[in-house]
Amino acid sequence: MKEHAIKQISIFLENKPGRLARLAKAIIDSGVNILALNIAEAGDFGIVRMLVDKPRIAYEELQKKGFTVSSTDVLGIKIKNEPGELYKISKALGDANINIDYAYAYSSNSEAYLILRVSNLNESILNIQKIGLELMDSSVFE
Amino acid sequence: MEYWNPRIEKIPADELRKMQYKLLKMLVYRLYNFSPYYRRKFKKHNITPDDIKNCEDVSKLPFTYKKDLRDNYPDKMFAVPQQEIVRYHVSSGTTGKPTIVAYTQQDINLWTESLARSLTACGIGRGNIIQISYGYGLFTGGLGLHYGAERVGASVIPTGTGNTERQIELMQDMKVNSIACTPSYLIHMAEKAENLGISIKNDTNLKIAILGAEPWSEKTRQRIEDELGIDAYDIYGMSEFNGPMFTECSEKSGIHIWGDHMLVEVVDPKTGEVLEEGEEGELVVTTLQKEALPLIRYRTGDITELYQDLCECGRAHQRIARIKGRADDMLIIRGINVFPSQIEYVLMQTREVGKHFQLVVERDGALDKMTVRVEVSTEAFSDKINDMIALKNRIKDRLKHFLNINTEVELLEPGSLPRFEGKAKRIIDKREF
Ligand SMILES: [Zn+2]
Repeated sequence: MKEHAIKQISIFLENKPGRLARLAKAIIDSGVNILALNIAEAGDFGIVRMLVDKPRIAYEELQKKGFTVSSTDVLGIKIKNEPGELYKISKALGDANINIDYAYAYSSNSEAYLILRVSNLNESILNIQKIGLELMDSSVFE
Repeated sequence: MEYWNPRIEKIPADELRKMQYKLLKMLVYRLYNFSPYYRRKFKKHNITPDDIKNCEDVSKLPFTYKKDLRDNYPDKMFAVPQQEIVRYHVSSGTTGKPTIVAYTQQDINLWTESLARSLTACGIGRGNIIQISYGYGLFTGGLGLHYGAERVGASVIPTGTGNTERQIELMQDMKVNSIACTPSYLIHMAEKAENLGISIKNDTNLKIAILGAEPWSEKTRQRIEDELGIDAYDIYGMSEFNGPMFTECSEKSGIHIWGDHMLVEVVDPKTGEVLEEGEEGELVVTTLQKEALPLIRYRTGDITELYQDLCECGRAHQRIARIKGRADDMLIIRGINVFPSQIEYVLMQTREVGKHFQLVVERDGALDKMTVRVEVSTEAFSDKINDMIALKNRIKDRLKHFLNINTEVELLEPGSLPRFEGKAKRIIDKREF
C-alpha cells in the first residue's frame, strides 16, 4: 500500500507580494521540477502545496533556505475525462466515513489525477481500489 | 498566626508611620553629611535635612534612576568605605552596563531579617525543608533566600538553577516541602517530573512555593496551586535594593513591604506625581536603613498599586499589588495597561511559535487594535488551513486570558521579524494622539 502514498511538499507563506516568487526561485535553485501546485490562502497567510519530481531534495533545500516546510502523504487518483468521476470518488470515501481534508487536480500527458489529503490514507486506498480506480505510484518520484 | 518579629510586624499603623519619619529624617541627615553623591544631589535641589518634617516630605526629595546607578558605576554611589563592605552582587539589567550593589554586614542582617519575617508569613520555619532553585552567585535571588530560610531555622537545600531531574530526585529523597524559584521553573519542573512518571502532587511532600523574579498572574497561581496541590506565594524585590525581600502573607492579597526597611510611594510614570492609594502607577522606594547603597526615591520601573485596607493578618505594613509590568514599555490599549513582557510570557508558553514577536497598535475607527505578529515554527506547521487557524485562535485565547483584551494574531514565516536587543523596539504604535 505504501507505494500509493505520495510525498507532497507544503510551505507556509505570508500573504504578501513577492513571497511566492521567492519560493519559486528557491525551487529553481534546488533543481526540482513542480508537477502539480495548489495555493490555499487564509487572510494574512497561505499554504502552498505541491507535487515535485524530487520531494526529498525539495524538502531539504527549502528547509535549509529557512522556509517553513512539511512533507505530507497524499493520494493521486487517476481520473478519466468523463462525467461522474468526482462523485464516484467522493461517495466511496464518504460512505467509508473518510474525510477529505483538501483536493486539487493534476494533469500531464493526457492523464489526469485528483490529489487528495484524507483523514485515513490506508482505508482510502482500499476503498478507491474497490471501485476499480487506479492510484498514482510513488515510484515516479525520486 | 505566626510572626517572626511580632513587636515590629504588629505595630499599629500610626506608630509605624512615626518610626518611618524618624528613620527618613536620620537617612537624609546621614546622606547629606556623609554621602558625596547625595549631598551634591540635595544641594542641587536645595534640600537640607530640616526640610523633612513628616513622612510625606519624602516627595520633596529628588528621584534616583537606574541610569544614576549606571552613570556612577561601579562604586561612586556607595555611602560607606570599602572596608565596611562584606558583599557585592551584580545586576545585569536588560540594556547597557551592569550595576554593582554593595552590602555592609548590617545590610545583610536586615535583608535576612526582612526575608525571615516574609518566609514566616508564608508558613516556612523550623522543621521545613526548602529547596532554593534560584541562581546563586552574582544574582541576588539564591543567596538572599538562602540566608532568610536559614535564619527561620528551615533546612536549606541550595540546588540553584538547572539539572532539573536531579532537583526532582532531591525533592523526593529529602522530602522537600517548600521551594523558592521562578513560576516558570516550577511549571517546567512539574512537566519534567510528569515525563518521569512522578506527580508533584501525589509523589512529593511539596506544600509551599515562593515564586517570583518574573511576571506571573493570578491565573498561573491558580493553575500551579491546583495542579501541584500547594500554596504559592508571590515574592518581590530587585537587586538595586538587596534582592528579593518581601512576600505575601497567608492572605495572599498583596505583598507586605516592611515599613521599617522601606518607604514606598506610587507615582505617575510620566509626570512623577505621587498617586493616591489604589491608583496604578510606578513603585518608588526609599531604603530607610541601607548603609552601603542607600536609595532615595528609587524609580523601580515596576507598575503596581498600594492597597488601602488593613490586612486580615494583623500586619499594618503596607501592601503592594502583584507587579503588573514595567513602566518603560507600558502600552495603554482601550484603557487597559498592556506590557510586552506579558505577551512575551504568553508566547514563551506557546511552543508552536518562536520567542520573537512584534506588536502593532493602530486605530480601528475609534478603537485601539493590537496585532501580535509571531513566527510559526516548522514543528507547528500543518498544511491544513484549519489547523493553522486553530493555532491562531489558541494564541488569541491565551492572550485574552492573560491580558483581558482582544488581540489579532498574525502568523509569519520564521526569520521574518527583525531581531532586536531591547524590548521597546518590538512595538509599532501607529496611533496618533
Ligand atoms: Zn497580611
